[in-house]
Amino acid sequence: MTLLPDRTEKKLGLVIDLDTCVGCHACVVSCKGWNTENYGAPLSDQDPYGADPSGTFLNRVHSYEVQPETGPAQLIHFPKSCLHCDDAPCATVCPTGASYKRVEDGIVLVNEADCIGCGLCAWACPYGAREMDAAEKVMKKCTLCVDRIYNDNLPEEDRVPACVRTCPSGARHFGDLGDPDSDVSQLVAARGGMDLMPELGTKPVNKYLPPRPKDGLDRDIDVLAPWLAPVAEDPKGFLGWLDRALGKIDGKTTGGR
Amino acid sequence: MHPAPSVILFTTLSGLGFGLLAFLGLGMPGSTGWVAFAFFAIAYGLAVGGLLASTFHLGHPERALKAFTQWRSSWLSREAWVSVAALLVMGLYGAGRVFLGAHWAPLGLLGAALSLATVLTTSMIYTQLKTVPRWNTALTPILFLTFSLAGGALLAGQIDIARVLLAVAAAAQLAWWVRGDGAFEKSGTTLASATGLGPIGTPRAFEPPHTGPNYLTREMIFVVGRAHAKLLRLVAAILAFAAPLVLLSLPFSHGLAALAVLGHLAGVFVSRWLFFAEAEHVVGLYYGKR
Repeated sequence: MTLLPDRTEKKLGLVIDLDTCVGCHACVVSCKGWNTENYGAPLSDQDPYGADPSGTFLNRVHSYEVQPETGPAQLIHFPKSCLHCDDAPCATVCPTGASYKRVEDGIVLVNEADCIGCGLCAWACPYGAREMDAAEKVMKKCTLCVDRIYNDNLPEEDRVPACVRTCPSGARHFGDLGDPDSDVSQLVAARGGMDLMPELGTKPVNKYLPPRPKDGLDRDIDVLAPWLAPVAEDPKGFLGWLDRALGKIDGKTTGGR
Repeated sequence: MHPAPSVILFTTLSGLGFGLLAFLGLGMPGSTGWVAFAFFAIAYGLAVGGLLASTFHLGHPERALKAFTQWRSSWLSREAWVSVAALLVMGLYGAGRVFLGAHWAPLGLLGAALSLATVLTTSMIYTQLKTVPRWNTALTPILFLTFSLAGGALLAGQIDIARVLLAVAAAAQLAWWVRGDGAFEKSGTTLASATGLGPIGTPRAFEPPHTGPNYLTREMIFVVGRAHAKLLRLVAAILAFAAPLVLLSLPFSHGLAALAVLGHLAGVFVSRWLFFAEAEHVVGLYYGKR
C-alpha cells in the first residue's frame, strides 16, 4: 500500500553526528556486508575488479569542505542513507504497492517481489537513498536493518542497524524519534539536530547533528614558533661543504655567504 | 536526468497517438469504413507502440499488471488505468465507425476525454516530482497536452485547427523553456540546504563517496549534450512547429502533409530528449553537480 499512514506508532530512525564522524566508511562496508548476506536481493557489484567498477550501496559517505567567513575551512564527513521520511514521496509514487511505510515503526521498505523496477521512486527521492540493483533489477534501499533490530537470535547489543553497531567513533545513534523522552530525541534536542532539504517537505525522521564550533585562538600566531626557530644559520662540516658545492652549480646557498 | 530512449519513444509516440484518438472520438474526421480503419490503425499503432516501448525500461516487465493496484496515490498507476480505459472505449467506438458506419457521439466524446486524460496522467508523473524543479510546474501538463493536441490535429488532417494548435504548442514550449531555465535557482534547494551546513559557511563537495559512477549519477546527473541545448531547442522548434506551419500554408498535397507530420514527429523527439537531458535532479547537489 503506497498511501502513507496518518501516523506511525514509532518513528525508528538514525541520528548522525557530523561532529564525530571521521569518514572511515566502516558503516558503508558493514551495511553492504549485512544487506548482501541477509534480507532481500544481494547488493551486487558490476565489474568489481575491472576498469569501471560500480555497485549498489544503501549508505554512502560524502565529504564536504565548509569555508566560514573567517578562519580556516572545515572538512565534514557526511554519511547519507534513507531518512525514512514521514511524508515519503518515494512511497506514494510507486504504482505497484512495492514501496510502503510501516505503521508499526515508520520504516520505509520495498517488497521486492512486487517491484517492477520502473525507477520512479528513485526519481522522487531528493536524497539519493534508493538505488536500482543492476543484477536483480529491483529497487534497493536501507531497511534500518529490520532483520537485525527485531532478531531474537542475535545478542541484544547486536539488535541495532549494522552501521550503528560498527561505527568506531560513535557517530551513529539508533532509536525512536517519535518518543520525546528517548535517548535519540534528547540528543537531537540538546545538539540542535536538523533535517536535510527541509524545504521539500519530506519530513525526514533521521536527524543530523551539526558540527560543534571549532576552538579559536586569541592571537594570530603559532605559540610554538619561538621554539621552532632555526638554531644554526650557517651550516658547518659536511653540510657546509655540500651547501657550498651545490651553490656553485645553482648559485644558491643556505648559509650567510 | 538520463534521457532513456524507451521513455522518449513512449511519451512522443503515445502522446501523438492519443492526440489523434481524441480527434477521431470527436468525429474529426468522421470517416467510416476502410478510411476510418486506416486512421484508427495509425492511432492505435502509435498509442500502443508507445505504451509497449515504455515497458522496455522496466526491470521486471512481467510484473507490469501489479501497476494497476495503486491508483489512489500513484500517477503511474492512474496512467495505466486511464490508458487502458481510453483504448477500450475508443476500440468500441472505432469498431462502430469501421464496421457499422455508426457515429456513437457520446461514446466518442468519452473516448476523446479519456485519451486526453491519458496524456495528462503521463505528464503528471513528471510534474509531481519536487526533486526536479524544471518539471515541477503546471506548465508541464500544458506542454504535454498542447503537443498531443497539435500532433493529433495534424495527423487527423484538421489543417485549420492544426495551424492554431501548433502555434499554441509552440508558445507553451517557449514558456516552458523560459521558466525552466531559472527553476532550479528559484526552488531554493542548494548544497547548503541539502547538507544543513550553511550556517557554518559555504559548503563545497570535496570528495565523492567513491571514485566511479553509480546508479544515481548515471540516472539523475546526465550532463552530456547540455552544451548543445540551445542549438537543439532551435532544431526542435523549427522541425516541430515552424516547418509544419510553412508546409500547411502551401497548396495541399498528401506528400507535403506527410512531410509536415514527419517533421513534427522529429521535432517532438528532440524536444522530449531535451525534456530529460536538461532536467536537473536535486540529488546532483550532493555530488557537487547539477
